[in-house]
Amino acid sequence: MTTFPVPPPPRFRQMGLVNYAALLLVLGLVASSLIATAPALDKLSRGVGRLFAPSGLLTNMFPPDFTRIVPIGWKLLETLQMAVAGCFLGLILAIPFAILATDRLSPHPIVRHVARAVIALFRTVPDLVWAIIFIIIVGLGPAAGVMAIMIDKIGFAGRFFAEAMEETDPGPQDALRAIGASKLGLIVSAVFPACLPSFTATSLFALEKSVRGSAALGLVGAGGIGVDLKVAFDLFNYDEALAIILLMLVLVVAVEQGSGWIRRKLI
Amino acid sequence: MNQPLTPSHAITGATSVAPVLVVARLEKSFDDRAILRGLDFAISANQSTALIGANGSGKSTLLKCLVRLVEPTAGRIEMLGRDVRALSSRDLRRFRAQVGIVWQRHNLVPRISALSNVVHGVQARISGPQSWFQALAPAAVRAEAMSCLDRVGLADRAMTRVDSLSGGQQQRIAIARMLMQRPAFILADEPDASLDPQTGEEVMELLLGLVRQDGLSLLMISHRLEHTLRFSDRILGLSQGRIALDMPTAQANAPELRRFFDHPEGG
Repeated sequence: MTTFPVPPPPRFRQMGLVNYAALLLVLGLVASSLIATAPALDKLSRGVGRLFAPSGLLTNMFPPDFTRIVPIGWKLLETLQMAVAGCFLGLILAIPFAILATDRLSPHPIVRHVARAVIALFRTVPDLVWAIIFIIIVGLGPAAGVMAIMIDKIGFAGRFFAEAMEETDPGPQDALRAIGASKLGLIVSAVFPACLPSFTATSLFALEKSVRGSAALGLVGAGGIGVDLKVAFDLFNYDEALAIILLMLVLVVAVEQGSGWIRRKLI
Repeated sequence: MNQPLTPSHAITGATSVAPVLVVARLEKSFDDRAILRGLDFAISANQSTALIGANGSGKSTLLKCLVRLVEPTAGRIEMLGRDVRALSSRDLRRFRAQVGIVWQRHNLVPRISALSNVVHGVQARISGPQSWFQALAPAAVRAEAMSCLDRVGLADRAMTRVDSLSGGQQQRIAIARMLMQRPAFILADEPDASLDPQTGEEVMELLLGLVRQDGLSLLMISHRLEHTLRFSDRILGLSQGRIALDMPTAQANAPELRRFFDHPEGG
């Protein structure tokens, strides 16, 4: 074997005691989580078997029942309208929150911290929880769903809009500031055009997320197709439930394809 | 070494006239590091003044201090009849509108047209949506922006996206935006730095033309010895935060100036 004068370095760096402890902690957390919550294999296999039994879920789902396609279609339209309205309002309101949350554009550090905290709160609480809160405020129906989607989108888009604004080249903003431009003029003239590709991409992702989310909001009574889906499951009309799921799939895929096409055209 | 001028009068050629810029005992420190150490000079109207000095001598800091993009630590700045350091933030905005700045990088807003970028210059006088984009600008503003573009020879590129123009063309658009401000004083921070020699020369000729034809005052940081000698009436040399040279260009000679340049052969 040929020998070389300089031996290669060790494949892995020597780990310190703290790193070892951290690694053990992570492994322990993963193991304990799996043991505590993951389904037992025998239970899982029995459950899958039941799906295909004569009275099982999958057996009763086929063929899907499209006899109520017209009312389901209207509910799908309502779902899309909830998504579009909630997303639109959320994106519009996300812009001022994002401006206030940026280092460069926020008027004061306290305002910045408050804006960031609000965005984090809106993002962290799931939209189903927001839906329940707004059902209490405005009652059952699509209005609660629209409000829930709006709040969720402020949290989602607020964060990405703020990041996009932070990452823009400060040069044009400095130039306009030196001209004597107002803060609003500077934001609209210099920041927004530079952020346009990022804003567009985020907005389209937000719309896709809203359509997917709005279908689920009906499960808690916040309007849309989710109400019909829940009723179909509650009444064991699994064939109708499958029809609703397939139509929801068509809607979500159509929106994703459409937004993908717009993204490719604009960016 | 020439003695710095007294601030009460400025020299232009052989005549002595009232100055448009008076700087007295100007100091600027960052933390404990002194960048400007008590500068005294004055500049008269209709004069092109070259500010030269090696890297780190404080040239850019001085330019930014003049319009308070960087706050001076001590001293007095009187420009266009205003005590710059005493201006409130609102008055500072109005004052900056009278001072055109040509940056080393053009600092144009990307993704929008050349015409929209030039229209931004009107934010010195007008605020609101009519100054944000060319499509929203009144007819008079659009016409003036076109004449500014014509002045820099780019009227035919009005609707071209600025990020698709060459470096020289972008710098010309930046000068057109500055003209749109209707400035009384021009500060230029190495306007030819990022340009090839031919294009850099054209930009310098354009700036000198504004001094000669429009009667504007120009204070420019110059990094090319040849351009300093060709395009200025007067030379200020900065060394270690102090004015180390102040003389009419007609009396200057290349060997004496070389010590103020990092790469004099490049000029």
